[in-house]
Amino acid sequence: MLTVKNLHVAIDDNGNGKKILRGIDLNVKAGEVHAIMGPNASGKSTLVQVLAGREGYQVTAGSVRYLGQDLLAMTPEQRAREGVFLAFQYPVEIPGVSNALFLKTALNAMRKYHGLPDLDAMDFLSLVRKRMKHVGMDEALLSRAVNEGFSGGEKKRNEILQLSVLEPKLAILDETDSGLDIDALKLVADGVNDMRSPERAIVLVTHYQRLLDYTVPDIVHVLSQGRIIKSGGPELARELEQHGYGWVEAESTARQVA
Amino acid sequence: MNTQPKSWYNMELEHVPYALAGHNVPWVLAARQSAFARFAAHGFPTRHEEEWKYTDVSVIGRRTSLAPDNIPPDPSSEAKLLAWALASEDIHLMVFVNGHYAPGLSMVGDLPAGVRMTSLADMLDDAADLPESLFDQQHKHTIFAALNNAFATDGAVLNLAPRTVLKAPIYLLFIASGHGVAIYPRNIVVAGDGARATVIEHYMGTLDAHNFTNVVTQISLSAHAEIEHCKLLQEGPAATHIAGIHAEQAADSHFVSHIFSLGGRLARNDITAQLLGRGCHCTLNGLYLLDDRQHMDHHTRIDHLAAEGVSREHYRGILDGESRGIFNGKVVVHTGANKTDAHQANHNLLLSRQAEVDTKPQLEIFADDVKCTHGATVGQLDDNSLFYLRSRGIDAELARSVLIYGFANDIIGRVGVPDLRTRIEHLVLERLPQGDQIKELL
Ligand SMILES: Nc1ncnc2c1ncn2[C@@H]1O[C@H](COP(=O)(O)OP(=O)(O)OP(=O)(O)O)[C@@H](O)[C@H]1O
Ligand SMILES: [Mg+2]
Repeated sequence: MLTVKNLHVAIDDNGNGKKILRGIDLNVKAGEVHAIMGPNASGKSTLVQVLAGREGYQVTAGSVRYLGQDLLAMTPEQRAREGVFLAFQYPVEIPGVSNALFLKTALNAMRKYHGLPDLDAMDFLSLVRKRMKHVGMDEALLSRAVNEGFSGGEKKRNEILQLSVLEPKLAILDETDSGLDIDALKLVADGVNDMRSPERAIVLVTHYQRLLDYTVPDIVHVLSQGRIIKSGGPELARELEQHGYGWVEAESTARQVA
Repeated sequence: MNTQPKSWYNMELEHVPYALAGHNVPWVLAARQSAFARFAAHGFPTRHEEEWKYTDVSVIGRRTSLAPDNIPPDPSSEAKLLAWALASEDIHLMVFVNGHYAPGLSMVGDLPAGVRMTSLADMLDDAADLPESLFDQQHKHTIFAALNNAFATDGAVLNLAPRTVLKAPIYLLFIASGHGVAIYPRNIVVAGDGARATVIEHYMGTLDAHNFTNVVTQISLSAHAEIEHCKLLQEGPAATHIAGIHAEQAADSHFVSHIFSLGGRLARNDITAQLLGRGCHCTLNGLYLLDDRQHMDHHTRIDHLAAEGVSREHYRGILDGESRGIFNGKVVVHTGANKTDAHQANHNLLLSRQAEVDTKPQLEIFADDVKCTHGATVGQLDDNSLFYLRSRGIDAELARSVLIYGFANDIIGRVGVPDLRTRIEHLVLERLPQGDQIKELL
């Protein structure tokens, strides 16, 4: 479904080309759940934002193919309409725009693209109410401005709500588990588990083993200093939890020297 | 004093008051003549005057005639349709065409006891009921108020007896019709103790008519009165509009003013409130949505003259094309106006490189124990927010419109009458690319 090859990304940091991603290779197949772990500032958010189409990053080498298409040539909205969804690490506040209007606009934009008629107000409401209940979100948040004044946990749940309403093919979650209480974490994990299907792929960026206990990934990657330095099965996440990143980083350096 | 040759001046203007309402009433005629003399001596303000620094009104002086239109042509079918649509709503509607009351298009309906709504022209002709001090306000405000005093043709006079409560809003629709006409409406609202009402002024122009409107609305609130005033400026793209809205508040009264400046080539609104009694509340809200070469200037002034007054001001501007916006908000806390609580904010969104805005909040404090804050910002649409919307499948153009709508909504949402709020929301959305789509989803 998603093939990232030798992806190099830099940012124009006040005129200094700062290299952030330095040759990422990633292959995600339909039906799989991948976890990406790694120390702070290693480039995890940069990778997923580039996949979602954030402007301001320069792809200096490499390619990304998604369902047979050149993903990097597509606008953010095209990617979304083709089924790419990113749950933001820092969801954005949009004053003056109700959550309901935001969701409806997004859903109808998707439906239009796929040749479906707009969902009428009643159908929309019953769909959203159902999904809100599922992610344990207070219905009052529907009439409030998008993420404005939402608590950290409410913002994360709001991302999961959008995920469940928009039903993407490739769901990428950037630290959606951070800052959640234990119950909320379980709801988010349930939300992700519900999304698991043979047609869908999920990429979880996380720092914690806890989420991966609920949502067991097929493959775990360790990203450090802009490279994936190790990939393995679910046991890799547990080893990281015990030994920290220093252990894989040392191993990777040793391999490079040898 | 203006010593340059006055291109606009001709002897005929001096005779205009003889043809206007109230010319048979000696004090009315005298008030008009002295107002005209004051205006003639001063002439149009120039950009050398601090208050007119950013707004050049010389285009008005170059008009063929300043004399008020006296035979209004038939309004456009669009304007008539709006009047007919409004007539079926739960409002008290008075329609004016080029500054003249049009009873045929109006639908005043049943007014509760103690409420009087009349045409100013009728009152001037039979001036027994109209106090001289209410009409003759030429020395109080800008020089355009003097011109209005000289040439005012008609307008609405609303009188609310103490404790009367008007549930349905008063809707004053001013239609500009024809080409190159000068229009001088004058509105007077007098609210007795504890009276409550909502008054809407809607100015509607037609395509490419070089009309000039000079209007003054004065609102007097007795103790505990509550007036919500809302002005919709939807003049034609070539029109010039100069307006004054002046409120005087007695103790514990509440005055709320909203202005939505959407249509017109050149507009200037002077909005003033005098908090004369203790414990007054005054709120001034405004939104200007500009494009092309529109130029709109909002000058507000709140005078806190008594203790424990509260004032709130929220103005926002959205500027595209080569438009120009000016916000000048002055709050004066006079000696003795202790425990005043005043807050003022002006935020602007620039959508093009050629658009420009000048914002100047001014605070002058001569009292003790006051709480006064103000803030102004000028910015652009936020890239982060745009990306967030686009990452959900919303195309860039629609995403921009959603964000602009959200920015405007902060002001629209403050309007108290739900139907009116929806009407304004629609007017704003009609101006935005793909706004009709947002409208359908609301
Ligand atoms: N717009 C930007 N301007 C300058 N530097 C940036 C920008 N975006 C990312 N970076 C830098 O790139 C590096 C990687 O950041 P990124 O957000 O991808 O890290 P991360 O792995 O997601 O970290 P965390 O675990 O803390 O979320 C950091 O050093 C960051 O400061
Ligand atoms: Mg991150």
